[in-house]
Amino acid sequence: MSDIQTWTLVFAVLTFSVYIYIAYASRVSDTSGFYVAGGGIPAPANGAAIAADWMSAASFISMAGIIALSTNGYGGSVYLMGWTGGYVLLALLLAPYLRKFGKYTIPDFVGDRYSESARMVAVVCAIVISFVYVAGQMAGVGLVFQRFLGVDTTTGVIIGMAIVFFYAVLGGMKGITWTQVTQYTVLIIAYLIPAVAISTQVTNIPLPQIGFGQILAELDALQVELGFAQYTEAFTGTNMLNMVLITASLMFGTAGLPHVIVRFYTAKSVRAARYSALWALFFIALLYTTAPSVAAFSKLNIIQDVDGQTVSSLPQWFDTWSEVGLITQADGSSFEGVAGDTVLSYGDVAINNDILVLAAPEIAGLPAPIVGLVAAGALAAALSTASGLLLVISSSVANDLYFKKINKQATEARQLMVGRIAMAAAILVAGYLGINPPGFVAQVVALAFGLAAASFFPVLVLGIFWKNCTAAGATAGMLSGLVVTSAYMLWTIDIYGNSDGVFGILETGFGAIGMLINFAVTIIVSQFTTKPSPVMQELVEEIRYPGKTALVAKHAEGELPEH
Amino acid sequence: MDDTQRQEYWRRNVRLMAVLLTIWAVVSFGAGILFVEPLNNVVIAGFPLGFWFAQQGSIIVFVVLIAVYVWRMDRLDAEFGIDEYEEEVHHS
Repeated sequence: MSDIQTWTLVFAVLTFSVYIYIAYASRVSDTSGFYVAGGGIPAPANGAAIAADWMSAASFISMAGIIALSTNGYGGSVYLMGWTGGYVLLALLLAPYLRKFGKYTIPDFVGDRYSESARMVAVVCAIVISFVYVAGQMAGVGLVFQRFLGVDTTTGVIIGMAIVFFYAVLGGMKGITWTQVTQYTVLIIAYLIPAVAISTQVTNIPLPQIGFGQILAELDALQVELGFAQYTEAFTGTNMLNMVLITASLMFGTAGLPHVIVRFYTAKSVRAARYSALWALFFIALLYTTAPSVAAFSKLNIIQDVDGQTVSSLPQWFDTWSEVGLITQADGSSFEGVAGDTVLSYGDVAINNDILVLAAPEIAGLPAPIVGLVAAGALAAALSTASGLLLVISSSVANDLYFKKINKQATEARQLMVGRIAMAAAILVAGYLGINPPGFVAQVVALAFGLAAASFFPVLVLGIFWKNCTAAGATAGMLSGLVVTSAYMLWTIDIYGNSDGVFGILETGFGAIGMLINFAVTIIVSQFTTKPSPVMQELVEEIRYPGKTALVAKHAEGELPEH
Repeated sequence: MDDTQRQEYWRRNVRLMAVLLTIWAVVSFGAGILFVEPLNNVVIAGFPLGFWFAQQGSIIVFVVLIAVYVWRMDRLDAEFGIDEYEEEVHHS
């Protein structure tokens, strides 16, 4: 076993033991604890949990690589702005009001505010979006186990499933939340240490956010010399229209994702929900402002290490990652059998996005414990997001389907059991999808944001801010946004229709258009359909004001007539 | 709160939201995308300014916007005597 493997194992075992201990210490016995941790999580902890929930394997493992390699610097800004800007919308437009409404899930809000058919549309959307996502997380767990410990992907996924099973089934939202707080700590330390080390090494400035300004001119010049566009130049890959639309889709999609929104129900109060959003974005920003600097530093290191070298004189990291097929020749073939004295140029090499963060410590020549820590951080990122998504699936099935639709008399214990069974089943399905990822998962994950933006966001915002938004309007709006957006995606995505679409709009950016369609349809249909009941209008009015109000209390107790 | 106070509270809440969301849009879509090219001609501490807004500045501004929102809403709540936060009702 190599040094790196030993240290990875040490950190993996250490962190997993902590997660299991926390899960045992915070096990729950009622549905409120299972779904929303009893609504009693302090704001900084809730913020850290939201951040861990939010930052998935994609943020931790892939994002810096996407910025540096596949979008050539500036183009990757859509992810940086899109995946953080959504929190401003969440904090100002949704979180305080949904918390005041005081329910468990998005379908709960949609069902109570509008109608039962709207609830069903919301349940289906929530489950589909969550499953698409969770498959990617499980695959991420498998990837880390395979690369760092040499176990095969299947075993890796099964270990990950067992850990998540233990703390999610036992502890529900309470176990998940406190585990996520720990996972955030692990992942941010794992991300920041190599970044600070690399920045200090290259520029003598320990703050990577400042340090990478020092190398941008050098990187720009180097890329031009190699025949590529400058790293900081705008619109070299994605044009202005698509930059705007993709950023908007990611922002509004973020504000409509069920596993993020549910976290504001776990806050103690409306005020705590606002503070949770602040803490969450602060914690997320620590990683998101570091990622572009990791991207720039690693790209510079890679170009300097590879360009002009002979194959036999390449550094160790190059061999490690080309052996597992994540570094190849530009045409996708392996470096095996290439003569040792062949001189490489940067353009001859294709480097997978996913290795940039995982290999950054090796590329910078940092010691083995740090590499092991990064692996543990990647596992934390994948597991924390997976558990949050599994909880959404479990609560959608147990609360929105079983309790609200199938058995309204179900006792607390019975609901809890259904929730746990649903969770266990969801873990099995997620594990299966992680081991046998359908080819389209990676693409669909990016599209999930567009779908969330086109389905949930308008209905939530209008439901809160417009008393006369009707059930028929919301249902029609959600369906039209969803149908038009999925149709456009199927029409344009490479593996299906592969069309250029309208005005060259990319499928990842179409969610923003779908959202506008949803808004328009909801508003128009609402003009011609039965207005919400006076009680509902009064309830919508009351969620605007924090603090106790009698009507919201009655609603929360289930004493209001339905619709 | 009586009805006039409620209207006043809501009006000020909406005004705060409008101001903050305008800044949100100007910084991200404006400085980060629409005006990135002219801004890139200005270089500060090694960063072309438009590129900096797209990869650093907008994120920092987002955090500040939520901080201002939380702070102003706390003040607004205090002014209108809302302090019954804890033990707020939850769920059916």
